[in-house]
Amino acid sequence: MPGLTMSAAINQALREEMRRDARVLILGQDVGRFGGAFLVTRGLIDEFGEERVRDMPISEAAIIGCAVGAAMMGWRPVAEMQYSDFVASGFDQIANQAAKIHLMSGGKAKVPLVLRLPIGAIEHGAQHDQCPEAWFLHTPGLKVAIPSTPADARGLLKTAVRDEHPVVFCEHKALYGTKSVGGRSGDEPIAQAEASPDELDQDGGLIPFGVADIKRAGADVTVVATALMVHRALEAAEQLAADGISIEVVDPRTLVPLDLDTILGSVEKTGRAVVVTEDARTGGSGAEIAALISEEGFSSLDHPVIRLGGADVPLPFSGPVQQALLPSVADIVHACERTVRS
Amino acid sequence: MVALTASQRAEDLAAAGPDLLRVMLRIRHFEESLYRLFMSGNMPGTMHQAIGQEAVAAGVGLALRPDDLMTSTHRGHGHAIAKGLPLTSLMAELFGRSTGSSGGFGGSLHIFDLERGFLGSTGIVGAGVPIAVGAALTAKLGGSDRVVATFFGDGAANQGAVHEALNLAAIWQLPVVFVCENNRYAVSMPFARAFAVEHVADRAAGYGMPGLTIDGNDALVVLDAARTAVARARAGEGPTLIECDTYRYKGHSRFEPAKYRPDGELEMWMNRDPIDRLRAELLTGSVLPAERLDAIQQDVEHEVAAAIEYARSSPMADPAVAMAMAFTTRGRSCRD
Repeated sequence: MPGLTMSAAINQALREEMRRDARVLILGQDVGRFGGAFLVTRGLIDEFGEERVRDMPISEAAIIGCAVGAAMMGWRPVAEMQYSDFVASGFDQIANQAAKIHLMSGGKAKVPLVLRLPIGAIEHGAQHDQCPEAWFLHTPGLKVAIPSTPADARGLLKTAVRDEHPVVFCEHKALYGTKSVGGRSGDEPIAQAEASPDELDQDGGLIPFGVADIKRAGADVTVVATALMVHRALEAAEQLAADGISIEVVDPRTLVPLDLDTILGSVEKTGRAVVVTEDARTGGSGAEIAALISEEGFSSLDHPVIRLGGADVPLPFSGPVQQALLPSVADIVHACERTVRS
Repeated sequence: MVALTASQRAEDLAAAGPDLLRVMLRIRHFEESLYRLFMSGNMPGTMHQAIGQEAVAAGVGLALRPDDLMTSTHRGHGHAIAKGLPLTSLMAELFGRSTGSSGGFGGSLHIFDLERGFLGSTGIVGAGVPIAVGAALTAKLGGSDRVVATFFGDGAANQGAVHEALNLAAIWQLPVVFVCENNRYAVSMPFARAFAVEHVADRAAGYGMPGLTIDGNDALVVLDAARTAVARARAGEGPTLIECDTYRYKGHSRFEPAKYRPDGELEMWMNRDPIDRLRAELLTGSVLPAERLDAIQQDVEHEVAAAIEYARSSPMADPAVAMAMAFTTRGRSCRD
């Protein structure tokens, strides 16, 4: 999707799904006229009105709980947390209610909600910069999507809205303004979707869950990365190519379900694996992927799996300090070299 | 406290008294049978019993239409019975059988029956209240006139999620009836130590909705208050908070002996037993003769006995069915 920022791509996905299905609702703080904290829902209220694009009080438990109740009645609520960190204030409703109602009802009740979470470090501090995807990965009953590009974000979000189970949708804040892979610009205008009704009847661009994307093909080292780290991995791959090391970058795109076959297939080819995620390393999403590779791909490995992740401390606010505590391009380059040369 | 006029009371007694009594007896006998099964080691899991609180469930249940909705609490057997769940699937659920209302995967704390508008009991105190508000939002947006009743206890009234939900229902004028079962204790915490106001319903003013405190051991009063609140909600006039003063005879859960209660308190409340009171009133009001009342009691005993038999003869829940609900990675189960 040339020209669209990730914000605009998500906005377009919401617009298309709201046009397609009158049961799709948007719930959250400042999502209406204000357009959302990151302007992702900008303009939707003009087309769909304040009944379907609902500004809510600062009540995370009620925002998510309301989405649970609406979803149980067959509607398709998309709830937004202003920052993913704030989900902690409404955690019971996603982790104990949304995730478990399907099982607790013997499979009879369904909770088709989407919970959009802006994740990632952007110099706001320890309570605004987390990557909490592992909280949800570790909660059976939830699906977890974590796109790295505008096209993936649009396609996965459309799938999420149509899924009959709860989806936690992690959007990296530093990627909202990205026009294309690798670029970063925070001030891009949000493009308005101008798709015709005919186009909207089509399912073009939908991306199924549990299908990883090979963002760059290579032969020597498999780098499994998510969200912003996909872009750092691609940059590292570019640098390593100059040294004659060929990197394959695998983006799982969804953590639950996880496309283990593609990851293992890549490791079988390269014999080396580096897993890079931004969330805290201990018990993080990368830990699970690294464990699965070690468990199921051990015979393919020429070197132990290397796992790069955020430091196990709350994240300080300032940019240089933050970045020192998160995986860098240089960290990824170094890790890949270790797997090849040691 | 809200009271009924004598003429309204006589009219309701004749029209609804027998139905209320039957529902209350069904709940009482169901719960007492569970207690015996539990005490004798024949019931798995855990449970929280509503013996003594039957009038609240029965009165609210009778005020609703079958297509109206309800969310419940951890003490939810009575609510489910009042919403019309069959005793068979309810009992089978408590026994962990595949014929249970949740296929034997939910248990006492997680009763669901969407076909009957029962959106679930919950193991998390207060969690059903925001869910009720979400369901009410879809009723309003979808142009239906369905109403949602949501139960919660005095303990839950101090949960943040309940506060958020009350505010939301009020600002959006949603068709919700908030029913607080004030049974005086949040596990062991007495009401007076957990509230700086005299009544939970005093807080309704802070949300901008009507609030009333009623005798929750008087089924006719509960029915009347619930009908008024349901009619308001159905007419698009918004939510109501009804606080029902009541008492649980048993401890918080299972064998918990409730020793934190002062001597004589239980006896005082048992003297205000909701079933005894309605039964006596039906007799003195000549609505039903004693033999008809006894016949209702016998019917209910047979129903519960049949439900226990049904549950015990049903197959256990199948772990493979639960595993099939896992979200698998592509081509393999998360466990393989």
